[in-house]
Amino acid sequence: MSILDIRGLTVEFPSRKENFTASRNVSLSVDAGKILGVVGESGAGKSTVGNAVIGLLESPGRIAEGEIHLDGKRIDNLAAENMRKLRGKRIGMIFQDPLTSLDPLQTIEFQLIETIRLHLPLSRAQARAHAVDLLDQVGIPDPEERIAQYPHQFSGGMRQRVVIALALCADPEVVIADEPTTALDVSIQAQILKLMKRLCEEKNVAMVVITHDMGVIADLTDHVAVMYRGDLVEYGESKQVLGTPKHPYTQSLIAAVPRPDVKVHRFPQVDYIEGSAKPFKQIDISTHWLGKVRDYKSVDGPLLDVKDITMKFLTRDAWISRNRRYFSALDKVSFDIYAGETFGLVGESGSGKSTMARVITGLYHPAGGTAHFAGQDLTSLKDKKQVLAMRRQMQMIFQDPFSSLNSRMRVRDIVAEPIKFHKLASTNSEVSQIVDDLLEHVGLGVAAATRFPHEFSGGQRQRISIARALATRPRFLVCDEPTSALDVSIQAQILNLLKDLQDELGLTMLFISHDLAVIRQMCNRTGVMRNGQLLEVADTEELFANPVHAYTKELLSLMPGMEGLYRQNLEEELS
Amino acid sequence: MFGFITRRIAMALVVMFVVALISFLLFRFVGDPVNQMVGIETTPEQREALRQRLGLNDPVLTQFLRYVLGAIRFDFGNSYQFKQPVADLIGRRLPATLELSFASAVFALLLGVPMGVYTGLNRDAWLSKLLLSVSLAGISLPTFFIGILFIFFFSVTLQWLPSFGRGEVVTLGSFWDTGFLTISGLKAIILPAITLGLYQMTLIMRLIRAEMLEVMRTDHIRFARARGLPNRSVYYIHALKNTMVPVITITGLQLGSIIAFAIITETVFQWPGMGILFLHAVQNVDIPIMAAYLLLTAFIFVCINLIVDILYVVIDPRLRTERSRT
Repeated sequence: MSILDIRGLTVEFPSRKENFTASRNVSLSVDAGKILGVVGESGAGKSTVGNAVIGLLESPGRIAEGEIHLDGKRIDNLAAENMRKLRGKRIGMIFQDPLTSLDPLQTIEFQLIETIRLHLPLSRAQARAHAVDLLDQVGIPDPEERIAQYPHQFSGGMRQRVVIALALCADPEVVIADEPTTALDVSIQAQILKLMKRLCEEKNVAMVVITHDMGVIADLTDHVAVMYRGDLVEYGESKQVLGTPKHPYTQSLIAAVPRPDVKVHRFPQVDYIEGSAKPFKQIDISTHWLGKVRDYKSVDGPLLDVKDITMKFLTRDAWISRNRRYFSALDKVSFDIYAGETFGLVGESGSGKSTMARVITGLYHPAGGTAHFAGQDLTSLKDKKQVLAMRRQMQMIFQDPFSSLNSRMRVRDIVAEPIKFHKLASTNSEVSQIVDDLLEHVGLGVAAATRFPHEFSGGQRQRISIARALATRPRFLVCDEPTSALDVSIQAQILNLLKDLQDELGLTMLFISHDLAVIRQMCNRTGVMRNGQLLEVADTEELFANPVHAYTKELLSLMPGMEGLYRQNLEEELS
Repeated sequence: MFGFITRRIAMALVVMFVVALISFLLFRFVGDPVNQMVGIETTPEQREALRQRLGLNDPVLTQFLRYVLGAIRFDFGNSYQFKQPVADLIGRRLPATLELSFASAVFALLLGVPMGVYTGLNRDAWLSKLLLSVSLAGISLPTFFIGILFIFFFSVTLQWLPSFGRGEVVTLGSFWDTGFLTISGLKAIILPAITLGLYQMTLIMRLIRAEMLEVMRTDHIRFARARGLPNRSVYYIHALKNTMVPVITITGLQLGSIIAFAIITETVFQWPGMGILFLHAVQNVDIPIMAAYLLLTAFIFVCINLIVDILYVVIDPRLRTERSRT
């Protein structure tokens, strides 16, 4: 008998124009001690299912059809007050972002005791003892001491442990985890996944894990449900679904995941995924403005030569210099990038990889060291003219496609701005012709020019960013986590686009990512960073085959495992 | 915490010093004080004698030093119009203004906060819409107009409340006249306090509403709900406290302006406070009063800012930077 049983769930969001159906006829069930994964891309309706189970559908969403049963009793038609009493007591929930899931103004102790005493008949002292015990169970060191602290005094991974403790504090039968590890670094992610698996077994909890990450599904779940645009397209044992997917969408989804084990030239794209087949006209780069006037002098040796770059941030100011405290973001980092190659920087958050990008593009001024670009020292550019000339050669693509475009400007103006600023075209009609061509070339189409950024999806916005970056005819692109905010299918498209552009224009790229699989597919050579230090630089294939540094080995071993899945594929291909 | 407060007080002292300088320059260079004090028939010799007696011939630095030392001892010289010490004049008027400001601030907070919470949580309720539109009227009509309307309705037509003055006052200690202890005093403060506090009430309500809408969307509120917390604790323990930092900033500054700029309300209701004193001082170029008023206003703002800064730290643990991150 399943603990949680969802039958034919249809959730609608009525609006004035039409009813939007977020999930359609979804039936799932979970047993005690088992983990069910719900996987899909944004807009698939996977979070809606979780929210419906715990009774927290956002207004005006409502369950139009179907039933939800908890331990044999129907719960979807309970009155709001009775449903509230179930929450936290019988159904726990874990959210995505541990940094914002806790009330920043109350201590951990207050939040734990508040929740425990709400659900369990314990005195304040007993509740506190229980809270300390819980923190110990989720692996927080010195729980006695740390319980009195505020959320901001914990790191991201530790906060997610606190969130898990809060979700488990009344021993619920079902726990719903909505993207529990998406906001965490890979090493922390591995720890949290292990913790969830252990707690699920120890406490015999039925767990529903909602995620977009196939690696998490492969590592953690017993069963998996694949959702696409509100429909449940495939449902079964994880091993079977991942190994021999039946539905074309599942197949395309799995194919789009960058493979950590083999280098392929292009990311597989399957037509099932929206927007992959775009019949836009491709401009002939060799004769076009974009490829024609590339007046950069060629260089012998590396295009970019970074030597002993050091960067410090002031963490505590004082009048006496001795009392000032610094955070060392970059500690004598040296590497070089040759023309035409893609150099990867990989590391966890806080490792200094984004800081490096900003030093190279001149957004930060380093405390020490030199960086030569085409023989010119970036750290000692004299006048504005030199700076501008350098900026024209280097462009940057940022991580967040939502905040990196000015929402008050039309796409045409966004892309035209660098052309006009650097005076790269003589007439307005020429500029708008170039903008149109660029938009076509990155796969957006001319029609995009008159629209505003908010009308586009994340992947389309990233294409706008790329068009804007190309508009100065750069020879060097800095991509700072260009796809980490995107779904895997969109990620595949964007990465393919970057590869194509590199081939056509001979671009040199610095590619920054925390995702080893993406790095493997994109980069010729890769450097591994941690705590501001560059630990190891090697050819990417060599790095994956024979990592030298212990930390590199650790990172590689922590990649959420798709190995089992691929091995199975391989066996089938062989047999 | 201690280091933080001392640093803030040091900054406050710098601000006060600069204000003292401005107020001194006002005293020294706006018009000739002697001309204001004497009649036209005074001889040049008498003027020079007066000038000498007032120390106006001393070097500027000496004069400034004397002025600052005096200000520290609440000695702002004599008023030109009343020929009395400015400190006495202000001291007699200050309680009236402070009581009025206090009453209107209490009114603004007691009504504004719950109304803001209500409209923030029930944004589609008809009462929310009513409160919002009525408050819009409150914020767009000028204070003097509302005051006159109030007088017309409640004093002239209905004859419930007095239209001017403070009513009977009781003297506490040596100089503090309070209107809070007599019926007529309490009745007299109602209309001016509401008139003065209406704008602040609207502001606080709208601010809290906006902040509540913002906070209710955050993850930690969703997580609080997912933990099964009842609405009461979600709203008042987790949501309201998180709206407080901007609310305290604005409320603090507004309280300062209530005290400093009660002039219009005091004029409409003939409230015997500092506002009227200041208005007369401006009309009669009574520079010592203006200078002292400037200093006092600055002092009040500096104090309120200091309290606001301390409250931030009390409310938001993230601002307690001394303790290091673990």
